[in-house]
Amino acid sequence: MDATQYMTQDVAKRHRLSTRIWHWLNALVATIMLMSGLMIFNAHPQLYWGDFGSREDYAWLQIDDTRTTGFVRIGDVSFETTGVLGLSLDAKDNVRRVAFPGWATIPTAYDLAAARRWHFAFAWVFALGLTAFMLVSLFNGHIRKDLHVRRAEWRWAALWSDIKDHARLRFGNKMNASPYNIIQKFSYIGVIFLLLPLLVLTGITMSPAMNAAWPWLLDLFGGRQSARSLHFIGAVLMILFVVAHLIMVLLSGPITGIRSMITGRAMPKSKPDQGGRRP
Amino acid sequence: MTDDRGCFRRRDLLRGVTLGGSGLLLGGCDVMNENATFRSALRGAEKLNQMTHRTLADRAALAPEYAMSDISPVFKTNGSLTGTSTDYLAHLQNDFADWRLRIDGLVANPMDIGLAALRAMPSRTQITRHDCVEGWSAIAQWQGTPLRLLLQQAQLSPRAKYIVFHCADNYGARPYYESIDVIDAFHPQTILAWGMNGETLPIKYGAPVRLRVERQLGYKHAKYVMRVEATDDLSKFHGGKGGYWEDVGDYEYYAGI
Repeated sequence: MDATQYMTQDVAKRHRLSTRIWHWLNALVATIMLMSGLMIFNAHPQLYWGDFGSREDYAWLQIDDTRTTGFVRIGDVSFETTGVLGLSLDAKDNVRRVAFPGWATIPTAYDLAAARRWHFAFAWVFALGLTAFMLVSLFNGHIRKDLHVRRAEWRWAALWSDIKDHARLRFGNKMNASPYNIIQKFSYIGVIFLLLPLLVLTGITMSPAMNAAWPWLLDLFGGRQSARSLHFIGAVLMILFVVAHLIMVLLSGPITGIRSMITGRAMPKSKPDQGGRRP
Repeated sequence: MTDDRGCFRRRDLLRGVTLGGSGLLLGGCDVMNENATFRSALRGAEKLNQMTHRTLADRAALAPEYAMSDISPVFKTNGSLTGTSTDYLAHLQNDFADWRLRIDGLVANPMDIGLAALRAMPSRTQITRHDCVEGWSAIAQWQGTPLRLLLQQAQLSPRAKYIVFHCADNYGARPYYESIDVIDAFHPQTILAWGMNGETLPIKYGAPVRLRVERQLGYKHAKYVMRVEATDDLSKFHGGKGGYWEDVGDYEYYAGI
């Protein structure tokens, strides 16, 4: 399909139904996974590398409190984070000595058992949704037509020009017929094919029963505590992606962007479309 | 209020959507968390998870075993650090010389077996990882008697579905207990351990014997086991959910995740 065909056929169709369903399902499910995950982290707010790790061992990351202040320690560097991380006030101004504050967790009050139940139930929706989206995108051409990085794009000059465009808040796409520019392609491919599978697989690796079923997962991630660390790092990267994504939606026209992700169309059909302006 | 009404409305709308959305989600989640129907729906996933694990892993699939060099320098202690029943404390004074493990319930041949007799049976030594529900892990070497051998000797009834472990420690005000199903009870790595890291099992880790059920989380690994009871109904024990943490903290019965 060449560019002209793409423009005439698909200009009004911004997002496929499969993309739209998965997008909004994920907006909800990823939020639930993140917030219940932060509660689970609160039960033991330290991270390690390797097979084992407990209060008796060296943690590379710690979110804790000194009874009067909250802090985050990464390696040998500590930051004071009183009020948000480690030590914070709840809605009734009671001091809570937890890593992540109640407004960031499901449920709000400390409850590891409930958070685990949320996390391990919605994990199914998260993992099956991802798998279904990958398969559908493979067969309906979403990957081949929209996300596939073309030969001409594999050039530093092309990437640099795209970076400059982004810096000037110009979010067009001059390289190809795909509605996505190079930075978008790399971000979406990275999230869909690396980050989200990493979150699912490192999650599975933490299950002692799954270690018996699929012991190779432990080898892949370097042990259960490494998998736990990578799961947490993956979640942080996920937050960064969502923040960047939301900023781009705001900068590139939030009404058009949100409407196109709901209806599938960028503009009412009668109006000509400018093309390329979407996060 | 502002010159640019269009812009204002847009910003206002966005703020409304963002605040309303997050507020709704936060409040909504707590409300749903208290809703009985929603809770039981979430509980459905526990069964699904167990079914999936049992499908993907062979009944006898082994938990990973580690090398001596992988053993944790200090194995974190957790839960009770000693048994507390008068019976237990008396045995402790006597170095467990007269202590007997009671095996009864749905068995044809109830028995009492002492520590020396347990140690004289065929044993299994395994270096495994202990995973706490909180998220931490520690590795140790455990030596003990396969539970399977004891249940066979006691002639377990085919009606038995669960094996209950009655413990000598009170956690808070309640006696600790745990249970596993028959599939896990007959798993080759499921042992009643009396040795740890080449020594007699120390008091703080559950002496004289503790359960090791390697494919599940730490709270299943009952310490200070005094009695092993086979049953087909968990509802008659304590809170009825099959274990201390299941009763008190509402943790899952199946602790494979």
